[in-house]
Amino acid sequence: MHIPDGLLDGKTLATTAAASAAGLSWALRRVRTGLQDKQVPLLGVIAAFIFAAQMINFPVWGGTSGHLIGGVLAAVALGPASAVIVMTTVLVVQALLFGDGGVLALGANVLNMGILAPLVGYWAYRLLGRSRVALFLAAWASILVSALAASLQLAWSGLIGLGVVLPPMLVWHALIGVGEGVITLAVVRYLEQTKVILPGEVRS
Amino acid sequence: MKNRAILFLGLAAVLLAGLLSPLASSYPDGLERVGEDLGFIDRAVVLFSSPVPDYTWPGLPASLSGPAAGVLGVAVTLIVALSVAKLQGRSRSG
Repeated sequence: MHIPDGLLDGKTLATTAAASAAGLSWALRRVRTGLQDKQVPLLGVIAAFIFAAQMINFPVWGGTSGHLIGGVLAAVALGPASAVIVMTTVLVVQALLFGDGGVLALGANVLNMGILAPLVGYWAYRLLGRSRVALFLAAWASILVSALAASLQLAWSGLIGLGVVLPPMLVWHALIGVGEGVITLAVVRYLEQTKVILPGEVRS
Repeated sequence: MKNRAILFLGLAAVLLAGLLSPLASSYPDGLERVGEDLGFIDRAVVLFSSPVPDYTWPGLPASLSGPAAGVLGVAVTLIVALSVAKLQGRSRSG
């Protein structure tokens, strides 16, 4: 769901960049006080894994594909603030090194996939009771939240009407979100079985 | 067991990016599909020529350019994420 350059207008680019900068600065402050040194290697490896997993597009239906975003995976493994750092790192590398997602649109992409997906998804995971079903639903919902935000940004830019773009965006990403849920469940289960994280643990 | 699991996750990243990435679906993703159907994806422009455009290492044969780009991306992401996390820790103790 990486928005390329050329689709968003100036006010949307500026607003999303400012919102992302605020979210990132919150996450950095939070990580400064909350991240334990022993969590640093896991943070790096989760970032590398999410980058790699994002390369693997899986077909969903009718000639459309999707890939993991990984916001909820990162948030459950590391905590929401560290997840924002991890996701932002992945998105910056993708945009600057590989031209995946626009450079001016980086603020919007960080906001949608790097901040909203992990934070709203993690909040949903806790609200729903930290069960396996909660994890699946939270991962699925995080994709819909990103799709909703991207649709609002495209519409606010005057590119297309919200009523036109939102329904297909939500339908396609509801399908892609099933993959997000399945992969998130599998990886979190592995991390729990190997005691990297404790089941149902809440991380700051 | 914990450290081994973290190592395995790193290995999985290298394997996904270096071996499995050529098997990834080349269908448009959700946003691209909607953009094609509604006709706005043509408005996309490339403003910045990235060093490894579209996960294709320039000058390498097709079978190698994707995996090489993937492994490069895994390495760069790992280094950047570790550096940011370590710098944050340093600013805490300093």
